[in-house]
Amino acid sequence: MSIKSFREALNEGMRDAMLEDPSVILLGEDIAGGLGAAGQQDAWGGVLGATHGLMTEFGRDRVFDTPISESAFIGAAAGAAATGLRPVAQLMFVDFFGVCGDQIINQMAKFRYMFGGKATTPVVVRTLYGAGTGAASQHSQCLYPIFTHIPGLKVVIPSSPYEAKGLMLQAIRDDDPVIFFEHKAMFNDKGEVPDEPYVIPFGQARTVREGRDVTIVAIGRMVGFASKAADALAQAGIECTIIDPRTTSPLDEKAILASVEQTGRLVVVDEASPRCGMAADISSIVAEYAFSALKAPIKRVMPPHSPVPFAPNLEQAYIPSVADIEIAVQAVMRKH
Amino acid sequence: MHIDREQLLEAYRQMRTIREFEERLHKEFTTGQIPGFVHLYAGEETSAVAVCQQLNNEDHIASTHRGHGHCIAKGCDVMGMMKEIYGRAEGLCAGKGGSMHIADLDKGMLGANGIVGGGGPLACGAALSSKVRGTDGVAVAFFGDGAFNQGTILESMNFASVNQLPVLFVLEDNGYAESTASAWSMGGHDPVARAAGFGIKGKKVDGHDYFAVYRAAKEAVDAMRSGLGPRFIAIEFTRYYGHFEGDATTYRPPGEVRDERTYLDALKFFRARVTGGEMLTVVELDAIDDEVKTLIDAAVDEAKAAEIPNIDQLTTDVYANYSL
Repeated sequence: MSIKSFREALNEGMRDAMLEDPSVILLGEDIAGGLGAAGQQDAWGGVLGATHGLMTEFGRDRVFDTPISESAFIGAAAGAAATGLRPVAQLMFVDFFGVCGDQIINQMAKFRYMFGGKATTPVVVRTLYGAGTGAASQHSQCLYPIFTHIPGLKVVIPSSPYEAKGLMLQAIRDDDPVIFFEHKAMFNDKGEVPDEPYVIPFGQARTVREGRDVTIVAIGRMVGFASKAADALAQAGIECTIIDPRTTSPLDEKAILASVEQTGRLVVVDEASPRCGMAADISSIVAEYAFSALKAPIKRVMPPHSPVPFAPNLEQAYIPSVADIEIAVQAVMRKH
Repeated sequence: MHIDREQLLEAYRQMRTIREFEERLHKEFTTGQIPGFVHLYAGEETSAVAVCQQLNNEDHIASTHRGHGHCIAKGCDVMGMMKEIYGRAEGLCAGKGGSMHIADLDKGMLGANGIVGGGGPLACGAALSSKVRGTDGVAVAFFGDGAFNQGTILESMNFASVNQLPVLFVLEDNGYAESTASAWSMGGHDPVARAAGFGIKGKKVDGHDYFAVYRAAKEAVDAMRSGLGPRFIAIEFTRYYGHFEGDATTYRPPGEVRDERTYLDALKFFRARVTGGEMLTVVELDAIDDEVKTLIDAAVDEAKAAEIPNIDQLTTDVYANYSL
């Protein structure tokens, strides 16, 4: 066990998978960097450096840069997965799904069902998401609700370096298409990460902390925000349970419902746009199956229904804050 | 170029099977017993058959909306296909795919595709897989003149070129993308030049001539197996039916299909060529016609009588595993 960054944890997860299985390949724009250029090779290791060093270790045959052609290489990853490889393709920013959505939504997601169960498509699409880096409207969206909506896809959103490594190895070993979300503002986050390989099963939420008063379900980067809010609320005598679903498909509904049965109050914190988002989905599940346990109306903490703005003050106002979470928890505590 | 007797007999059997399969579906569709949509391949048989004759089970193809011919030529079971089109439990895809999604991965058939141009990247992936796994497998992307204007196909051509992947891009130009003429929609009007723009060698061939398609396909696949990278063939012919069954085809000039069938039919040409050249006899070919007719009759009868999927299959096979 040692302290590692989110970036290092992702790298270790992919490296472990490549060491254990020669059918694992990595492809994407600049995932090594410098292909065909006269200067340094392995220059980038992906736009935020998560795959740095892997081309040097495993060679260009297993780690290769692609042209900026998301339809071609994401689709090629799907085709390669259906014919014997375990490709990990990087869709640099999830916003770019707009140019290759067909290959994800209509092709890889549906092979198994359309082909009567005879196809296996073990592909991982890694992708960067989230606001907070001044990347503005076309490089900052969350979009995981869109993929969660699609039967046939699994959707993974790690909230810490520990989750990042264990979920990555599971994603690559998994026999279904997985969309793996990496928050770009978390790459330097540090945490305890075992040196040896380990997996975190999909569909098993993590209870980050337990408290009697309120259940907070938070996703991705919002788990850290919720933890800070819970620390502050504990000072005021309000004890929160925090549930990190870790995967939105499959979603651990049982863990969420069981917690709400105990606390009777729910706050959902989601960085994705509010309409048809995970907060709406989780709220509806709780309203449908645990209504009688609720002591107060459900509160959702979400950004406004707007694109992600550029100006730093606007962007900060857009992102759900620790203070927003505290206010929401206090609001549900006032209802009896 | 040498094509032996057995290959010729097999080519004829497959082309006749495709023709009979499609002509029969054209009739059966009017009975209302076939759900959804079918897009018929009659008139384009040379492409699927002459190209797939260059392939083996290690090789993969990605197909189109108009995929029945590709399936038959790649070795998919005709009975299973017919049952699939009728939405039966014993269909090739358990009744969950239908005409637009027939696939058989054991045969290297990566699926018909409901998305125009959807198969190009998949064929690149299959070729990439062969390369990484060290097999000498090649992949074929069949696509129509409509898909030739899709980004997926153009991106795939570039992707295959820069990675020198053994992908054969087969443009099946049947004159119409749905109802829009390829003579209008293909900028530049020169598909071989378009492929050359990606550094991919290509050839245009007359799709009414099985032998011309066979020669072009063989040269292309031989080159790919020698490690020379992707290749391109543009095949020109016409489809005998509409974009889908039920299409009134009023966009086509009167008599177009009748004239094609009379003067340019690929199966007629084939018969004249092989019997005139004394390679095969009329008796042999007629016998194949009879056998194929019997096969398709049986396929339709069996499909109509077959069980529909059990309702509990609605939610199976969404995932390989979904542990909760």
